[in-house]
Amino acid sequence: MLGKLTWSAIPFDQPIPLVAAALVGLVLLGVIAWVVLAGYFPYLWREWITSVDHKRIGVMYVLLGLVMLIRGFSDAILMRSHQALAYNAPGYLPPEHYDQIFSAHGTIMIFFGAMPFMIGLMNFVVPLQLGVRDVAFPTLNSVSFWLTATGALLVNVSLVIGEFARTGWWPSPPLSEITYSPGVGVDYYLWAIQISGIGTLMSGVNLVTTILKMRAPGMSYLRMPMFCWTALASNLLIIAAFPILTATLAMLTLDRYLGFHFFTDEAGGNSMLFMNLFWAWGHPEVYILALPAYGIFSEVISTFSGKPLFAYRSMVWATLAICLLSFTVWLHHFFTMGPGGDVNGVFGITSMIIAVPTGVKIFDWMFTMYGGRVRFTTPMLWSVAFVVTFVVGGATGVLLAIPPADFVLHNSLFLVAHFHNVMVSAVVFAAFAGYTYWFPKAFGFTLDEWWGKAAFWFSLVGYVWVFTPLYVVGLMGMTRRMQHFSVAEWYPWIVAASLGVIVMFAGVVCQVVQLVVSIRRREHLRDLTGDPWDGRSLEWATASPPPSFNFAVMPHVEGEEAYWAIKQRAREQARLREEPDYEPVEMPLNSPTGFVCAFFATLVGFAMIWHIWWLAALGLAGAFATFVVFAWRDRVEYEIPAEAVARINRLNRASRLEALQQARRKEAA
Amino acid sequence: MSSSAAIPGVVPIRRDPNHLGHHAAGEGETRATGRGIGGPSSKRIVVGYGFWIFLLSDIVMFAAFFAAYAVLRGGTAGGPGPAELFDYTNVAIETVLLLFSSFACGVATLALNARRALLFQAAMAVTFLLGAGFLALELREFTDLVARDAGPTRSAFLSAFFTVVGCHGLHVTAGLLWLLTMMAQVFAKGFRPDILRRVMCFSLFWHALDIVWVAVFTVVYLMGSAA
Repeated sequence: MLGKLTWSAIPFDQPIPLVAAALVGLVLLGVIAWVVLAGYFPYLWREWITSVDHKRIGVMYVLLGLVMLIRGFSDAILMRSHQALAYNAPGYLPPEHYDQIFSAHGTIMIFFGAMPFMIGLMNFVVPLQLGVRDVAFPTLNSVSFWLTATGALLVNVSLVIGEFARTGWWPSPPLSEITYSPGVGVDYYLWAIQISGIGTLMSGVNLVTTILKMRAPGMSYLRMPMFCWTALASNLLIIAAFPILTATLAMLTLDRYLGFHFFTDEAGGNSMLFMNLFWAWGHPEVYILALPAYGIFSEVISTFSGKPLFAYRSMVWATLAICLLSFTVWLHHFFTMGPGGDVNGVFGITSMIIAVPTGVKIFDWMFTMYGGRVRFTTPMLWSVAFVVTFVVGGATGVLLAIPPADFVLHNSLFLVAHFHNVMVSAVVFAAFAGYTYWFPKAFGFTLDEWWGKAAFWFSLVGYVWVFTPLYVVGLMGMTRRMQHFSVAEWYPWIVAASLGVIVMFAGVVCQVVQLVVSIRRREHLRDLTGDPWDGRSLEWATASPPPSFNFAVMPHVEGEEAYWAIKQRAREQARLREEPDYEPVEMPLNSPTGFVCAFFATLVGFAMIWHIWWLAALGLAGAFATFVVFAWRDRVEYEIPAEAVARINRLNRASRLEALQQARRKEAA
Repeated sequence: MSSSAAIPGVVPIRRDPNHLGHHAAGEGETRATGRGIGGPSSKRIVVGYGFWIFLLSDIVMFAAFFAAYAVLRGGTAGGPGPAELFDYTNVAIETVLLLFSSFACGVATLALNARRALLFQAAMAVTFLLGAGFLALELREFTDLVARDAGPTRSAFLSAFFTVVGCHGLHVTAGLLWLLTMMAQVFAKGFRPDILRRVMCFSLFWHALDIVWVAVFTVVYLMGSAA
């Protein structure tokens, strides 16, 4: 009846996961109880859970990303503190638990922290920058988000029911095969990633279609803001790379569930096939995360330097070059696994070539700042810190791309330090730069600068503090994922890295405090104009938060930096544009399809993990039925009358006019 | 954008510039190139384009399975190889059935464009029967192989074979389910613009499965036995 699921699946004998999970569960239950008792549930259901508005979905993605970043960070705290206590000692985490923690850390950070954060920002910003009303497929967007949430839920359920994978964040066979990993840990990984992967793929299709087919009149390719370009490149990579991951994990699933022999040691299977396929997805994935990050930095640096992006076209070409080259380097993840000197040489060179377009970008950012009137706001601080630290990470990457050096450094903590150096400084810094930059657009008030800067400085210092010792200890020969060690020279560096985590923790605390303080002081931080940073692209041309239809009338783009031109004209003429003729706006109706589908997907995932076949069949049938019900709808949209559009837009025009006149008075005085 | 509704006899062309509403069925399509000159494309183009991109991603997934098959083709582990197992008459009949079902699907699209409900339903029914016939033959091939102790667990080669061919078969199964849904939708709702777009996507899907089958036929069956 319940497949492999019995009471023994719940780790009553292991206090750490049980207490942690109980705490998380209590908090979750508390939040749900509070929402229901306070009567917020109908509002949440109507305005958020069933929303197909790209802005709401973007915010929910970012929220999921934030929560999961904290979850992944708590794993990092466990690992670092454990290793600090594991010199000639067993530490405090038993090996099987330690292995689950480093696997969960990588999986969560990549798939459920960084990915939702970046996809959320793209979802929120791209349609606004393109000057359109929503993404191409609004309901599909909601399905994508909720499937991602399902994946995150399944990974976290593994804390309490059963176990997570002990195989690292990429489940290498033969270790991940049923012979060597008979538990449900790898299955949790597989189904969580597959389900959220469908969501990611759909969101890639959605954003590419939006960018290529739905831009405001006049917005030709070379007038798109840089963030749209990087979002396009990133989503093209999603479309080309994620299906490879789906296929690869499906093969591993077939091996584990039905005794197939893709990657087994016997009957002709080939575990190197897994490595090739996995990294054919895995390396583009790095750029799926990094490209939107580059886009965020481009927007932030240009805005806060008060200048157009330097060498816009070279940035476009660099973005597309990275998009293409990212598929030519996957083999550098396993130079040591026997491809031979010639093959290693080729992939070493392609890996180094990627540094060229990236270098172009670095220079473009620096020259954007050069001669500009730079304002050091929180998003700008993250961006400047990125430029500096990312160059260090990039340089160690070029070092690792040399096969003979890689033979020494492969799987060492030097490698761990390298990819944290690039991923944290690119993706996490960009996430927080973008979060601070676009938060006022989403909610109508800015985030508190003091706490934001405190969070930045603690995070930056902590991050350098953690990973510099890891570079050193990696060069000294310490390999990654060690549950305990007995080399005396390593010990001080490991302790130093652990102290750095405390500083980083302070950064996380400041980040949370910033949000709380800002919400409490929101009236003080309110921005009525919709353009708090003196922005240059179209998202700043509408109110904050934007109305559900984004723009009262579709903007006409007449050049690069569409909004900057409009604003300059308004400033010169000391008045806003003529009020447009308002027309009624048609908007897609909200739909619970995404949420219901994700509910059934959760059933399917959980049932497959525990071999509860009837429940899996039920879940599939339910998901199909949901789609049919959705397809059977007769009313799919509603109309916002022209008067309502006019009323909403006039409010924003009034505040903008007020701001314009204030600026003129200031100039005159 | 000035409204031309005030002039008698002139209908506003672009009442819905975002093409998210029901006016998106095709109005203003020639102007809306989607290349940034005329603003967003019509809904029909957006839906078709998005579905093409999905199909491309699906083909990438198949490419990964084909790559696995190419790598594992020699991994027969002392068991039977392609030359002993494949029944080319069966494969030829399967191919014919699938190609004709694509033809029938094309007829259904024409019937849809001509708004001929009966012909549409008949052509879709023929598409379904041919597709189901294809599936039946594939299932027979699978059960036959398993009975000859050449199931997917026998060797890596057979694992890859069953996965590539089976994945295509699963797509056909999903397509059949979709086909029935579309027949029911056209029957119950008539030729509504959103349903026309869905049928268009379905026919793209069905033809794409043909293209994949051509690759299956070549890479799995022909090249497989040549090894």
